[in-house]
Amino acid sequence: MSDNLVTITVDDQKITAPVGSYLLPACLENDIYIPNLCFLEGMDDPPASCRLCLVDIEGEAVPVASCRYRIFAGMVVTTDSEEILKLRQLAFRLLVSTNDGSCRTCIANHGCELQKIAKFLHQPLKTKRLRHIDREYPELVDNHPFLVYEPKKCVLCGRCVHVCGQLEKGYKLDFANRGMDTIVSFFSSDSDPASHDCETCLACTEVCPVGALSSKVKWTSFVAELEMKSAQKHKGGQG
Amino acid sequence: MLDQLLAALNETERAAVDEEEYQILQAVVDELPAFSHEVSQLIPILQEIQGKHGYLPRLALDMVADHVQTTIGKVYGIATFYNQFRFNPPGRNPIKVCLGTACHVKGGEILLENFERRLQIKVGETSDDREYSLERVACIGCCALAPAVVVGEKVEAYVTPSKVEGIITEIEVRNEMAAREQAKNDATSE
Repeated sequence: MSDNLVTITVDDQKITAPVGSYLLPACLENDIYIPNLCFLEGMDDPPASCRLCLVDIEGEAVPVASCRYRIFAGMVVTTDSEEILKLRQLAFRLLVSTNDGSCRTCIANHGCELQKIAKFLHQPLKTKRLRHIDREYPELVDNHPFLVYEPKKCVLCGRCVHVCGQLEKGYKLDFANRGMDTIVSFFSSDSDPASHDCETCLACTEVCPVGALSSKVKWTSFVAELEMKSAQKHKGGQG
Repeated sequence: MLDQLLAALNETERAAVDEEEYQILQAVVDELPAFSHEVSQLIPILQEIQGKHGYLPRLALDMVADHVQTTIGKVYGIATFYNQFRFNPPGRNPIKVCLGTACHVKGGEILLENFERRLQIKVGETSDDREYSLERVACIGCCALAPAVVVGEKVEAYVTPSKVEGIITEIEVRNEMAAREQAKNDATSE
């Protein structure tokens, strides 16, 4: 492995990384942050669907998605040009234009990757430059015994679908419908024996970059706490 | 196999499987062995089931998943991706609202909403009495008649929201007349 290491240049910084591996994880390991939502370490075939990890590579005519670009010796990468920033900002605005953006009541508040990226790209979480589209989703899907899903918060990155597919029993989670109606859906009820593995697995909730998929136990206590807080506030206001 | 699947359902889900659906599922059990177990057969199998029985019952998807050795998630994902597949039995009067480019521009979306409100069903659903089902289609090739709606086999041209009521009334009148005719015939034959 070690003799496969090559040196590449990223924003005037020299880093070493294994040749042929993807560029995005190499940058992240060297503390060069590139925003990303759909990539997960160890993916063989990244979907490159979020379009937030675009970078410029010398010799490439157009910006490329770094999560799918393989490292070669002597490559020169630019991650912080004006053009790249603009492209990423546009991708981000498109993402949040269908997102409900109610951070204060969200379980992922402060731990949300969308918030982190918004800060990094200097973009508001509620964009004014694109028309907001309220997707016709239910607020909450809780027919699974151990998971809850809030479709309006989902960015459809596909991380959960990926990790669920990696498991031996495979694919409880998958995308359903298409286009604007795409939704992540799970296909188990209490009586389905396979879903009992979910109780201890919860891998999908751990990789969710936002607050869309959560463990039912955690979510229930979070909502209870939220209600308590608002009740206290209300009381305080009166008194 | 079918009994196993039924046993895995919860109470309400099992109650929802009526005699007719059970018959279909039984037929699907017999039809499946004709197909190979390749996952590439997934869409042909779904098409065959829908072609024969008019729609894809939920449990049939489970059976197909088992047959091609994939998961119900994947089958459902694919079946919902294509407009071709439906999950409710078709109505006696399938109403297809065209939302191709021309009809879209001419307000097909509004017509769809009107039908949804009038029939109290959502697109892709069938009314409880199985009289109507509502679908959206991409283009029926009648762009010059936009916005167009296909009721059964008949193309309705230049449809406006005010015509929606008329289309439904026409079907109701036709049904009523057929029912009276039937009654008259019954009376004379007795």
